[in-house]
Amino acid sequence: MSGALQDWKSQKKPFAAVVSAPVFWLALFFVAPMAIVWLYSFGQNAGPVDIEISGTLDNYKRATEWLYVSIFLKSFAVAALTTLLCLIIGFPVAMAITFAAPKWRPWLLLGIMLPFWTNLLIRTYALMALMGTNGYMNKGLAGLWEGASWLRTLVGMQPLEAWTPVQLLYNNFAVVLGLVYVHLPFMVLPLYSALDRLDKSLIEASLDLGAGHFKTFMQIVVPLAAPGIVAGVMITLIPALGAYLTPDLMGGTDSQMIANVIERQFKRANDWPFGAALSFLLIYAMFILIAFQSMRANKVKEV
Amino acid sequence: MFNRTPIAPLEYTRKLWMRSWVGLTMLFLYAPLILLMIFSFNDSKRNVVWKGFTLKYYEKALNNDSLVEALVNSLTIAALATNVSLVIGALAAVALWRFQFPFKGLVEGTMSLPIIVPEICLGVAFLIFFAKVDWPTDLPWPLNLSAITIAHITFCFPFVAMVVRARLASFNKEEEEAAKDLGATEWQAFRDVLLPHIRPALVAGALLAFTLSLDDFVITFFTSGPDTITFPVKVYSMVRFSVTPEVNAASTILILLTVILTFIALKLQGVKGIAETH
Repeated sequence: MSGALQDWKSQKKPFAAVVSAPVFWLALFFVAPMAIVWLYSFGQNAGPVDIEISGTLDNYKRATEWLYVSIFLKSFAVAALTTLLCLIIGFPVAMAITFAAPKWRPWLLLGIMLPFWTNLLIRTYALMALMGTNGYMNKGLAGLWEGASWLRTLVGMQPLEAWTPVQLLYNNFAVVLGLVYVHLPFMVLPLYSALDRLDKSLIEASLDLGAGHFKTFMQIVVPLAAPGIVAGVMITLIPALGAYLTPDLMGGTDSQMIANVIERQFKRANDWPFGAALSFLLIYAMFILIAFQSMRANKVKEV
Repeated sequence: MFNRTPIAPLEYTRKLWMRSWVGLTMLFLYAPLILLMIFSFNDSKRNVVWKGFTLKYYEKALNNDSLVEALVNSLTIAALATNVSLVIGALAAVALWRFQFPFKGLVEGTMSLPIIVPEICLGVAFLIFFAKVDWPTDLPWPLNLSAITIAHITFCFPFVAMVVRARLASFNKEEEEAAKDLGATEWQAFRDVLLPHIRPALVAGALLAFTLSLDDFVITFFTSGPDTITFPVKVYSMVRFSVTPEVNAASTILILLTVILTFIALKLQGVKGIAETH
């Protein structure tokens, strides 16, 4: 419905009135800070507080050391696994919401969104409380263990030895679980909006023509929901890759992700130029991911 | 639940495995939060076994001056950041929707960056920026929160702009032209025609900005000083030291606050409206 765009020259005053504040804010409080970080990434410590921007590439060279490359790779692997799990868990949920009775649909959506609005730190903390050695997850596992032990005695075998609480927290498993917990709503919402737009008669046609539910799902639903899947993957992968809080609180000493390494350069190691270089490498990684996605989107358009 | 009609092929939601899947997912999402809330009333320090009902941890949390101060700081920052983000975000949306101007693509792209750039990088950028410009840290309250508020506005207003712009797409420009033909000034047309149209988006954007600001830990962690602790930063340090029932009580208060805000939004927009705007 919106008509043609107006040329700014024809309405200079209203244009200036609406454009100046956002552009001013962006330039001063976004572009300038980012530019300073970028410059710092080519600098070196010249004293306890001074940083000399000398144009050196040493920080980037240091980032190619295996220690840091491996952390980058590991962060990517953790983020990718998180995204995959979110997709597997989230897709049926999004399907269920799409095909739910109209009166239930908004409430199910709200059910997914409410945790998303709840404070991230509180959610992480709540999950940690559940996963502690005295937490309910361990209790549940103990129950299962005792059940298995009892079953063994039933068939005349030796009972299992007594349950010892397992350390569920402070390892890579906890980090992935925590990230899935936090990012699941991010995945479900774009999946839902793609599925909601899907023409349901296509599914009916496929079922009528004799394809089973699984075949219909793989050949009709998934291809048609592809834009939503891509959007969901991006919206989960990007924040998961840069996650700081979850690996920091739930991870062990070997669960450091790239954001934790960056933080350490600023808060403890006091090597700001190196931290700045790592920050920009992380930003470049995001850009590459987004470029891949838009290349794919263009290809789809051409076809 | 126990509908007798046969299940139609597309009624996936009525299939048992699908229901269990959704049920388990909801359990996964809510069980930790609900247990946390229940155990905030538990009369035990160890917090594992139910020992009886008590409100003493709420009393403790509310008497913990630094915790209350952190909560007040967080709410103040969120309120300030929401208001400024609303103005800047709405202006940005109108500018991009209405005008063709040089470097428009650049402005649009730059504006979406605060959404994409990882929080940690943005946090680091603000840490360096405020150190570089020697931002005063010893100002009286609430001016000492200015650095955090500025950082929050930067990552909140692009979201507001996004929501408002989506709403603007359904605006009929002829309405505005008619108003102007009938003698309305540019400002009157904006205030009386355009603004009422985007009001739902403003409500949604405000809510989004408020929760984003209240929720933020990473960026605040890098911009806050020893005197400007926000609620998430305070909870973080409490969790780092030890897990106490006091944190449960404080968290429960914030969760309830979120739920109340959500229901206010529901009342204003209806559950469908909320679902559409997010």
